[in-house]
Amino acid sequence: MTPGPTVKELAGRALTGDERALGRLISRVESEPSTMSEIAPLLATRARQAQIIGFTGSAGVGKSTVIAGLIRRFREQRCRVAVVAVDPSSPFTGGALLGDRIRMQAHVLDPDVFIRSMSARGHLGGLASRTPDVVDLLARCGFDVVLIETVGIGQSEVEIAAYADTVVIICTADSGDAVQAAKAGVLEIGDVFVVNKADRPGSAEVAADLREMLMLGDRAGTFDANVLEVSAQSQTGMEELVTEIARHERWLSTDGELERRRLRRAETRLRACIADVAVAAVMGYDTGEALRRAALALASGTRDVLELARELLGASLSNEPPPKPERSTTI
Amino acid sequence: MTTTPNALRSGIRIVVAKPGLDGHDRGAKVIARALRDAGFEVVYTGLHQSPEQIVRTAIQEDADIIGLSVLSGAHLHLFEQVLGLLKEHSATDIGLFGGGIIPPQDIETLRNMGVARIFTPGTSTRDVITWVDEFVAARD
Repeated sequence: MTPGPTVKELAGRALTGDERALGRLISRVESEPSTMSEIAPLLATRARQAQIIGFTGSAGVGKSTVIAGLIRRFREQRCRVAVVAVDPSSPFTGGALLGDRIRMQAHVLDPDVFIRSMSARGHLGGLASRTPDVVDLLARCGFDVVLIETVGIGQSEVEIAAYADTVVIICTADSGDAVQAAKAGVLEIGDVFVVNKADRPGSAEVAADLREMLMLGDRAGTFDANVLEVSAQSQTGMEELVTEIARHERWLSTDGELERRRLRRAETRLRACIADVAVAAVMGYDTGEALRRAALALASGTRDVLELARELLGASLSNEPPPKPERSTTI
Repeated sequence: MTTTPNALRSGIRIVVAKPGLDGHDRGAKVIARALRDAGFEVVYTGLHQSPEQIVRTAIQEDADIIGLSVLSGAHLHLFEQVLGLLKEHSATDIGLFGGGIIPPQDIETLRNMGVARIFTPGTSTRDVITWVDEFVAARD
């Protein structure tokens, strides 16, 4: 079988609008973390102008439907739109059922819309570990807007805040999220708050609660966030949502806020990458034997976890040959 | 069910689609879930997809395989269209399988068109999973 195209070839084609090449390149970015560095010289020629908007909220609140409605409006403004929709993976089998694009399929034949589903592949925190790279790639492939839909389970969705320019938090009257949001600190990371399915009873009260919590919370010096009541399914309130997102975008370009966020994003990516590199080094050191011996020592209670972790990290990064095994410990 | 991810299935992406007017998706959902439980990444498109929508989805998602569920009787027409579009997009390396209500006499026609495998009613999900493993192994 002839060898497939290199990532550089794929990147070259993707940058000229070859959608198949882009699809395949994204898969390589997902599976081979070094891909982005390999194609960095090609990407460097492309400025990253896309507005990046993240959407978070529990499963079932209507993230995909809200996104589908926004795609329509961004297209009316002649923007090229990319969407990355992340769904959870099974911790046991590694598989994933990626169904977010069902609600967006009305746009699947639009040549200026690109939708990609990503499995979290075991990563926790709302995104897949490679989502930031994929978003970066799309931002350089000529899209004006990149919309990111997070996994949506639970409230620990802070990751999106580090990677998006604007974070939209979606809840419904039924989801019980308004109070949970206050507890989890989610109010601090959101820029736009949406109560979706606003035709449902209790929606106005939830919106009022959120407004009050936002006012009471410590948001001094930050964006003055609004709470919108929307029904994505019946397309009510969507114009206001677009306007509100635009208002936040304008605010970002005042007073260096965008630069501050991008710097924070860069720091977060660096930390995540350092963690990945360190874990990979430790896992691979001595073909995993060193880790295994350390785990045995920890399980038997004879050693402290921090000491073991530091030893392993130090040894794996110093390129020293692994020490000879001591008398083996059996459990 | 395995308790650790199967490395050979990791990153293998399968689009499961319901083309045409047929509105019964229980079979497609059963297959989609079974494939997910086996460790594959399954992009489910939902109902009423046109061949163009299905092929574009497969291209954006870099699918390794497309599975079509057809109960409406329009299988010959639908598969032919999907195959034609895959050829147009130089994407014939994407494997195509199908299931649903497909009479035995049409299976050979479909195979000759380029459909890699047809699963008749009563196929176990295990058979589909085995076929996917074999398809991937043969390709790589």
